[in-house]
Amino acid sequence: MSQTIDTARPAHRAKAKPVLSEGKRAERRLGLLLCAPAAIVMLAVTGWPIIYSVWLSLQRYDLRFPGKQEFVGLANYGTVLSNGYWWTAFGTTALITVVSVVIELVLGMALALIMHRTLVGRGLVRTVSLIPYGIVTVVAAFSWKFAWTPSTGYLATLMGSDTAVLTQKLPALSAIVLAEVWKTTPFMALLLMAGLALVPDDLLKAASMDGAGAWQRFTRVMLPVMKPAILVALLFRTLDAFRIFDNIFILTGGSQGTGSVSMQTYDNLIRGLNLGIGSTMSVLIFIAVAVIAFVFIKVFGTAAPGSDSGRR
Amino acid sequence: MAVITTGKRVQWTIIDVIVVVYALVPVLWTLSLSFKSKATIGDGSFIPKEWSFQSYLDIFKTDDFLLALVNSIGISLIATAIAVVLGTMAAYAIARLDFPGKTVLVGFSLLVAMFPQVSLVSPLFSIERSLALFDTWPGLILPYITFALPLAIYTLSAFFREIPWELEKAAKMDGATPGQAFRRVIAPLAAPGVFTTAILVFIFCWNDFLFAISLTATTRSRTVPAALQFFTGASQFEDPTGQICAAAVVITIPIVLFVLFFQRRIVAGLTSGAVKG
Repeated sequence: MSQTIDTARPAHRAKAKPVLSEGKRAERRLGLLLCAPAAIVMLAVTGWPIIYSVWLSLQRYDLRFPGKQEFVGLANYGTVLSNGYWWTAFGTTALITVVSVVIELVLGMALALIMHRTLVGRGLVRTVSLIPYGIVTVVAAFSWKFAWTPSTGYLATLMGSDTAVLTQKLPALSAIVLAEVWKTTPFMALLLMAGLALVPDDLLKAASMDGAGAWQRFTRVMLPVMKPAILVALLFRTLDAFRIFDNIFILTGGSQGTGSVSMQTYDNLIRGLNLGIGSTMSVLIFIAVAVIAFVFIKVFGTAAPGSDSGRR
Repeated sequence: MAVITTGKRVQWTIIDVIVVVYALVPVLWTLSLSFKSKATIGDGSFIPKEWSFQSYLDIFKTDDFLLALVNSIGISLIATAIAVVLGTMAAYAIARLDFPGKTVLVGFSLLVAMFPQVSLVSPLFSIERSLALFDTWPGLILPYITFALPLAIYTLSAFFREIPWELEKAAKMDGATPGQAFRRVIAPLAAPGVFTTAILVFIFCWNDFLFAISLTATTRSRTVPAALQFFTGASQFEDPTGQICAAAVVITIPIVLFVLFFQRRIVAGLTSGAVKG
């Protein structure tokens, strides 16, 4: 994962291998001991279920007809992948992900610059922008839902109360994106602000001396220095947005083709009680997320956060 | 840089106001709805014309909200405590000790952080039903711990790297074992980082909806985010909007308190865990 660890470690180990001192051995034992509980819990709750999920996805397994459980091979995958609803949900999810992450990046960058540079009320701005981050997504989603409800909501009143925004596909999708952007922009901004703190002031001053304008300083000096931070923020937000569930569940319940892949999986499992199909979707989402992460890490060269933690 | 002109000050104040409005409008809207009287709740005005505490009284009339609140608090606190303890142990080892498999653990917790939680819903639903964990506190605590652990490990190991470790060496010099050095010297120094991590983990558990709605079925373990949509009002024909908003305000209070009192720590925790130089 990280070059520094991969190259540094074997050398280090080779040096330590021949004779492990008593203290060194105790250190190793303690290290493994301290990590074991965390590793075991994470492995037990993610590793085993995902394998179990693969196995379930190869079965016909409908809790309404438990007697009919049987091995059906890849038939479930055929059913899901040839289903229009799945692809609609997939397209919706991809659309929401791309649009909201792009808007969040722009707004988040602006907010990061504001939080970093503002001359008045810096503490206030930071405190206030943590509220969308901390608030329960469902609570915020209800707030947006009631705001768009005809006659009840201030936004509905503002827009002219005869249109029910959440009952038409495109307006509903926009409302979902707005709710998502509102909630997660501060998180994006905080990640970007950490990158912003790495930009040396001297470099900005030097660029300014050389006659670079504000925009040039931003694109030529700040962006290159911030690139790793931006990529990490994008990776995390993209994966997170792809899992979108809460906002859609509350705002539209997935009607009018606004359901995400997570909504589809939930519907098949809890409302349809179809474990086989639900698990198939679980596995497909897992693969999609793995592909996104792979693209980010290998193609864009996003450094995995924490990967330098082996550095001493 | 030393002189701040009035023009600049005005300019920044305007920008600040925009940010504050952006962040607070949905929250104030929920607050406003929760204080509107039943007659005026549908009037579409942003500020209540008639103030009333009725919605707050209503949500405490039946047990539903209270039970959900107890579930939310209990489950989030237990999950936070366990995740922080396990995370502290692992992060200490990652930041300080040399042992085989460290890279694997860091990579694995990164994987868990990126893991699509919905992929676990189907298998966990099935597994928890067969283990009688479905619709119980442990049934929710387990996935919460799991997904909080990467957050805890990253944030904590970032904090731990900032600690003056010479003190640990000094303690070892004086004859302390690595275990004693951990408990007596480093743990007190690490307390602020641990506390910050606890807040972040608590917010994460408090917020969860997907697991809460998939792995619970009754008030036995249903948390507030999942319970909100089951609010129906006192009678079937009553609009539950006011009550949902009152309940929403109640569960937003701890978040607002955290943010008000620990803004600096939360910002430090979120930024240090994610991006490093």
